[in-house]
Amino acid sequence: MTSNLITATPAATGEGPQEMRSRSELTAKEVLREVGSVLRMSEKEASELTSSPVENDEEQTMVINMGPQHPSTHGVLRLMLELQGEKVLRCKPIIGYLHTGMEKQAEELTYMQGGTNVTRMDYVSPLNNELVFSLAVEKLLGIDGDIPERATWMRMLLSELNRMSSHLLFMATNGMDMGAVSMMIYGWREREEVLRFFQKVTGLRMNHNFIRPGGLAADLPAGWRDDVLTILEGLPSRLAEYDILMTNQPIWRERLQGVGVITAEEAVALGTSGPILRSTGVAWDLRRDLPYLKYKEVEFDVIVGSYGDSFDRYAIRLNEIRESMKIVYQVLDKMPSGDYRIQDKKVTPPPRARIDESMEALIHHFKIFTEGFKVPEGEVYVGIESPRGEIGCYIVSDGSPKPYRLHMRAPSFVNIQALPHMMRDGLIADAVAVISSIDPVLGEVDR
Amino acid sequence: MSDEVLDSPAPAEQLYGCVVTYSRGEKVIHASRENYIATLKKAIDDSFTMCTDLTAVDFLTYASTNRQLPSGISDERFEIVLNLISLERRERLRLRVQIAEGESTLPTAFDLFPGTEAMEREVFDMFGIQFEGHPDPSRILMPEDWEGHPLRKDFSVGRIPVQFKGAPS
Amino acid sequence: MALVRDVLDDGLGGLEHNFLTGRIEDLVKWSRSRSSWAATFGLACCAIEMMGTGAAHYDLARFGMEVFRASPRQADIMIVAGRVSQKMAPVMRQVYDQMMEPKWVISMGVCASTGGMFNNYAIVQGVDQIVPVDVYAPGCPPTPETLIHAIETLHQLIEDGEIMRRRAATGAGANVHITEIAAGATTTPIVLGVR
Repeated sequence: MTSNLITATPAATGEGPQEMRSRSELTAKEVLREVGSVLRMSEKEASELTSSPVENDEEQTMVINMGPQHPSTHGVLRLMLELQGEKVLRCKPIIGYLHTGMEKQAEELTYMQGGTNVTRMDYVSPLNNELVFSLAVEKLLGIDGDIPERATWMRMLLSELNRMSSHLLFMATNGMDMGAVSMMIYGWREREEVLRFFQKVTGLRMNHNFIRPGGLAADLPAGWRDDVLTILEGLPSRLAEYDILMTNQPIWRERLQGVGVITAEEAVALGTSGPILRSTGVAWDLRRDLPYLKYKEVEFDVIVGSYGDSFDRYAIRLNEIRESMKIVYQVLDKMPSGDYRIQDKKVTPPPRARIDESMEALIHHFKIFTEGFKVPEGEVYVGIESPRGEIGCYIVSDGSPKPYRLHMRAPSFVNIQALPHMMRDGLIADAVAVISSIDPVLGEVDR
Repeated sequence: MSDEVLDSPAPAEQLYGCVVTYSRGEKVIHASRENYIATLKKAIDDSFTMCTDLTAVDFLTYASTNRQLPSGISDERFEIVLNLISLERRERLRLRVQIAEGESTLPTAFDLFPGTEAMEREVFDMFGIQFEGHPDPSRILMPEDWEGHPLRKDFSVGRIPVQFKGAPS
Repeated sequence: MALVRDVLDDGLGGLEHNFLTGRIEDLVKWSRSRSSWAATFGLACCAIEMMGTGAAHYDLARFGMEVFRASPRQADIMIVAGRVSQKMAPVMRQVYDQMMEPKWVISMGVCASTGGMFNNYAIVQGVDQIVPVDVYAPGCPPTPETLIHAIETLHQLIEDGEIMRRRAATGAGANVHITEIAAGATTTPIVLGVR
């Protein structure tokens, strides 16, 4: 660095003063190569595209359809691709094939039942959906400061284990999409261990409805520590196997490095979060930056990539499994004893044995399960870090036992907008790699 | 946190030219349709560069008459809610705009936040609120020829009566 | 009905080579049931459980079904795994129509069977409104054991020829309801072929 820096005086040129424009003037459109990544064509227009021959054969483009029934689109995602040969020019993701009307359905279900609805949105990490819903309801109720310690630590344990199982599913599907079909079997083998633990704790392998407003549905069963330790001790050697099978393998690198590149400005402008944002170098992880539960009291690293390509996203998720293992070890040490749910009779139902003894308990049980507990008026938004990014729950309550409006900010819904920008000028095979590296779950995209 | 005042304090706090209220400890600013884009630009300049969420609420059958809006903001049927994040200051901000039923349009935030493209399409699909200047104003979740806007309160859930086995008909 | 008969009882007695004799219909039904390929129609959460059933722990390969063909032209069974929305219904019918006879449909999960917990405007209340269903597997999602029970029931029906009789009786699918097996349950004796 030289000491005589050139000062920023306006030079004697015809360009005018060189000052920085304010951020809002540089519209995000300009940041995003708006000239042609997103194909904005309705279905009618696409079907009316005649195959009229173009003089120059090499410039002829065609619009083809990928999905919704497709082995590699991670569910019912449909892509309209504009191809020139094998190169993808523009792309339009078409969603809605799994729209379930969950936000409308939530207005018919009480807050106690809401967990069953919300958990089926991101069905790969259901406990995170329930967690964000419960945190939002507790904030509305005003009891978010009174949740017992043990309940909070249990929620952290389940959330991190769910992050591990979700990333293992990512590795499985990513491997299969790239052609490493044995990775599919390995990923599911590890996932089975975690699902077996969930089944022991919550009663179900998936869609548990276990994290409820006020705490959890039940306490951890006896012997849970040994089960968690079995999972944690079996994983590192398996993850090392994946490193040999995939990370260091030349074919894997060729297929993923430099594929689906997105820059940090684009990622922030598009609202992406989670591994996609972190792969571009932006170190944003809600567990560290806007902490919830007890994440302030555990030590973990935020894994950040530098190239913004699919290989970075794969590596981030692989290492996030290791970080989650670190967190689970700390949770094992710090798990306090205590209640698994708040003892507020208006919110949590009484233990079943008490119903035989006390009239009050019977009435509370009846009220909570039929009419539901009333939540004070107001609106609240809570966002947590799910394996796919920021999942948020926005609830508007009008004082009745059912939400007036429930909106889930699904990370995959927003992340899919990055697809056209990542796919531009890639090959179709790279398109598969890109979809897989975004790791969308169509249940939360369509809700 | 739980004894936060629900109504805004008496001399209204202002931010980017809009009234500020607090909801369960979260900062909310109320913009109008006219100064919506200007407010967003000021927020972006003040480091709120990420828009995480853009959604709407239909207050047609809201049970209470007190919507806790600050004085000067009239309550309308629809409300557009944006959630912004400042990555530098690690803060969240919520922006609420009231939309009347008769003039259910709003300028699009797409030029400032391209990530709102899909979110605004969803709001149009579910509520019928049009966004002026949106590059692709079409339905996103429902089939393209669907009639009606499902999340409006006057659109019924569509529940069909279920007959259970063995139940008296 | 045994496929391998004792040579001495057989009309072709006294032969020294090993023969397997049987009716062609029986051999065809046997091979159809032992090697049916599923069309990938995983829609939602049930798809995750379906993939788990195909994985190593629950292993559909021992029933000849580990191959999930993406192209409906090469598939025999359509396992509708997940909730079918209004937008997806015509796509589903198109995929079903593209499958070649004989084709079977397993409706996996409550959302596919009846609409499940989503009794609203967006979900088709049961895929039997669109395609004829042969076996309904309850559960939300059905555990892999339940799915294997459904698949094995279907295989047994195919092998017996029962499925064609049932289809002729209902005019549509075979309409078989199985009971759910809870996750991690101890071994339950399953009796196939009894309805």
